[in-house]
Amino acid sequence: MHHGKYRFVIGLLLIPLGLYAVFVVSPYLQAFPIAFTDWEGLSATYSYIGFDNFVRLFHDSVFWVALRHNLFLLLCLPTIIVTMSLFFSAILNYRGGVRGAKFYKVVYFFPSVLSIAIVGVLWQFVFEPRSGLLNGFLRAVGLDGLAKLWLGDGDTALGSVMAVVVWGSVGFYVVLFTAAMAAIPKELYEAALLDGAGSVQAFFRLTLPLIWPTVQVAIAFLVIGALDQFALIKVLSIGPGGPDDATQVISLYMYTNAFTYGKFGYASAIGVTLFALNMILTILTFRLTRRERVVY
Amino acid sequence: MRSGSRVLGGVTQSFALVWGAMVLFPLLWAVLSSFKSDADIFRSPWSLPTDWHWENFSRAWNESHIGKYFFNSVIVVSGGVLLCLLLSAAVAYVLAQFEFPGSKALYYVFVGGMVFPGFLALVPLFFVVQNLGLLNSHLGLILVYATGGMSFSVFFLTAFFKAQSKDLAEAALVDGCSHFGVLFRIMLPLARPGLVSIGIFQFLGMWNEYLLPLVLNTEEDRYLVTQGLANIAVTQGYHSDFSGLFAGLTISILPVLAVYLAFHRQISAGMTAGALK
Repeated sequence: MHHGKYRFVIGLLLIPLGLYAVFVVSPYLQAFPIAFTDWEGLSATYSYIGFDNFVRLFHDSVFWVALRHNLFLLLCLPTIIVTMSLFFSAILNYRGGVRGAKFYKVVYFFPSVLSIAIVGVLWQFVFEPRSGLLNGFLRAVGLDGLAKLWLGDGDTALGSVMAVVVWGSVGFYVVLFTAAMAAIPKELYEAALLDGAGSVQAFFRLTLPLIWPTVQVAIAFLVIGALDQFALIKVLSIGPGGPDDATQVISLYMYTNAFTYGKFGYASAIGVTLFALNMILTILTFRLTRRERVVY
Repeated sequence: MRSGSRVLGGVTQSFALVWGAMVLFPLLWAVLSSFKSDADIFRSPWSLPTDWHWENFSRAWNESHIGKYFFNSVIVVSGGVLLCLLLSAAVAYVLAQFEFPGSKALYYVFVGGMVFPGFLALVPLFFVVQNLGLLNSHLGLILVYATGGMSFSVFFLTAFFKAQSKDLAEAALVDGCSHFGVLFRIMLPLARPGLVSIGIFQFLGMWNEYLLPLVLNTEEDRYLVTQGLANIAVTQGYHSDFSGLFAGLTISILPVLAVYLAFHRQISAGMTAGALK
């Protein structure tokens, strides 16, 4: 029976492991050596050039602009999204659940199931200056002065993109946080209310500390997500990445270098840098958001 | 205090309502606009359609090729989901039921894939697919999608298989059932709820994927629906066929929302479980 077992194990593992090695493991491993080559265009030959790509990257002003935008997103998106999601979760959970809480959760979650590319196309219409929903709304309520080019204006382009990310993300985290809140025993709230705590106090003293591990995961997700922003900017922004690099981000810059300019070595160096940033920020996020774990 | 909490209740209710409206409005607006004529859309973005222009949909489906893109997506995504489930279930079953030298390491090789950002592998992946002659082919996308979904699926299904009782499997082995028989007759049917949730999860992820087809599938005939729609929106610019674009948008939004509404409990649970673990 025992060698039957090994034959069975090998038989089951062979194909999945082979495919996984070819399409997942090998690309990740190859990314590092390619970053140290001068591979360009369609030429099959390339040579190793040490850290030249990274040195060039260090002096590349577009890369710094992109990095600055990523860092801006990284500070703003988690803050805004987590605050809003906590707020709406608290509202939906208010006194054991506001009327229609289930319905709201389903509706809030809608954008999370849509493709980011589709969301991008949809919001392109919303931001459209002449007959888009947003300017149409502003004119309808008499705020003509606020109607803008939105994506066409360097001052508002990145903010507009960010608003779409918020629109698309809040629902997911509301569902996440309400699930965590639902796991808190009701008796704790009753005890807090008996002790004379108000709803707001109960939220900050009781709910938030108890769901903090979940909030921490959410922040880490959003930080990594801020580094990964691509599809929305690719679809939504002018250029893409414009106007005038106003919405340029690292992943888009890497994509453009690789698949528009054919600079595969340079693009891989950007990818490796992105990966390093990713690792550092993940560790940093968990460090900075660490708190005593509350056990109940 | 009573009336105070009632006021607070009313305030919270209205906040909840406002966000609900902000989420729904752009979606409803897109669906309504898909029934308007171009002139209607330009006259007022807010009005209801004066006549219902159903032909926008046939125009989007046929002339803008949304129909073709839609079927491309169906082929790639259903292939990707099925293959991913098959491969992951095999691996997860082995990892959950058997201990052998290196089984722990193997588990981490699979689960570790979740940690790395996709962008890191993008350039080499392009050349792997190209060298296999699978660029611009649906098979290539299916293989990339399926293997890309394996990390999370193996992670999820291993936990699922581990939670199953081993008694039934052992009893069947004693009765002379083969290992394959145990897997196909007992374990997979028992794991159906897990396979369904992970299947729905992968379906949504793959249906919404944009970056991979953008890089690996550049022939217009083979475009997937996300890609096709984004391409039409970008290349046609704003003013050519607004209503047709809205119809295309509606066609790509509604099926996903329908799947979501049908399975919303499992989907929210599955997606958030992924974040909580």
